[in-house]
Amino acid sequence: MATDSQLDLWEVFIQGRNGSHHTHAGSVHASDKKMALQNARDIYTRRGEGSSIWVVPAVAISASNPEDAEAFFDPADDKVYRHPTFYQMPEGAKQI
Amino acid sequence: MNNENTALAQDERLRSFEEYVGEGKAIEPRDWMPEGYRSHLIRQISQHAHSEVIGMQPEGNWITRAPSIRAKQILLAKIQDEGGHGLYLYSAAETLGISREEMLEQLQTGKAKYSNIFNYPSLTWADIGAIGWLVDGAAIVNQVSLQRTSYGPYSRAMVRICKEESFHQRQGYEIMANMMKGTPEQREMAQDAMNRWWWPSLMMFGPHDGDSPHSADAFRWKIKRHSNDELRQKFIDKTVQQAEVIGLTIPDADLKWNEETGHYDHGEINWDEFYRVIKGNGPLNKQRIAHHIKAHEEGAWVREAAQAYKQKQAQKYN
Ligand SMILES: [Fe+2]
Ligand SMILES: [Fe+2]
Repeated sequence: MATDSQLDLWEVFIQGRNGSHHTHAGSVHASDKKMALQNARDIYTRRGEGSSIWVVPAVAISASNPEDAEAFFDPADDKVYRHPTFYQMPEGAKQI
Repeated sequence: MNNENTALAQDERLRSFEEYVGEGKAIEPRDWMPEGYRSHLIRQISQHAHSEVIGMQPEGNWITRAPSIRAKQILLAKIQDEGGHGLYLYSAAETLGISREEMLEQLQTGKAKYSNIFNYPSLTWADIGAIGWLVDGAAIVNQVSLQRTSYGPYSRAMVRICKEESFHQRQGYEIMANMMKGTPEQREMAQDAMNRWWWPSLMMFGPHDGDSPHSADAFRWKIKRHSNDELRQKFIDKTVQQAEVIGLTIPDADLKWNEETGHYDHGEINWDEFYRVIKGNGPLNKQRIAHHIKAHEEGAWVREAAQAYKQKQAQKYN
């Protein structure tokens, strides 16, 4: 016998139009994929905000820990040569 | 010694948290936050969500009696938006560690409040106009300010909500404008709705700043960006002209333009009434909650069936 519950939590990602990224829009409650997709459509695309929706069970998402953010992202800190502004271009060179 | 160290570390964390939000930066669900910040947000966001959901009732009351198919479609779409707003906000509150079940329980047992305004009845079709124009209008002023609140998920929900709200206010104003172009009875009906909804709309912004119980924390933590009185003034200043354009009178004998301040002065708000309704003694407090419980219970079989289907599918494929 199933008991009353508010069902499972799903995260919703919406693509505004073909060619753009799917972006996190919020979450919905649903018991399965189909219901999650339909609820996401009704809740997040009532005005044509989307051409495609992804729904992901919230428990399936792994997230980086904000407490470790500094150490986690610091490999990128000392690699300024990954940016174009690092390089000195000869005087007068154009379109580079 | 150890305790002292942890206490010092806590102080340090609080200081850097306050410095961080003080710079106008956003807090995300997994960031460290003081317990007071978390509980303040849970209370505020869940009450905001409950208001959206309970707010569907006075308008739902008129769906079957809307005067035209056009009016009915608009009202249905508007109410559906409000349901959506409730869901955006429940989701935002859930990121702080409270469950949907707990929030519903708090609403249904009266532990959590919702906006006082929805404890008033919608007696005529003009009330649907007044609700959209005045009640949504007041809500918009508040919500625009909250778009820059410090908690990321709350702020994002507000941005989405504000995009949808402007149609709500416009459809209400259109109803009022049309009624003011109608028969003497229709004009009287519109003015009567205005008279009943004006003061409760001003009360939506909450008590005067000095009497607002949680406001100091809320300002320091940038949950709140403008004071109750500031927002109320903003609403009055923009609404007076709209009333004049369509020939409605604002039911406040003391309302007058103040050249010096550049704002309208207004009469005293009846705070006794405000507190009486908050304490559960408004015209419809009991009915609103009873209706919510009834709808919730009548929907239980749908949730149970969905769960049963999910379990059956899992057995089939595992
Ligand atoms: Fe709303
Ligand atoms: Fe609205």
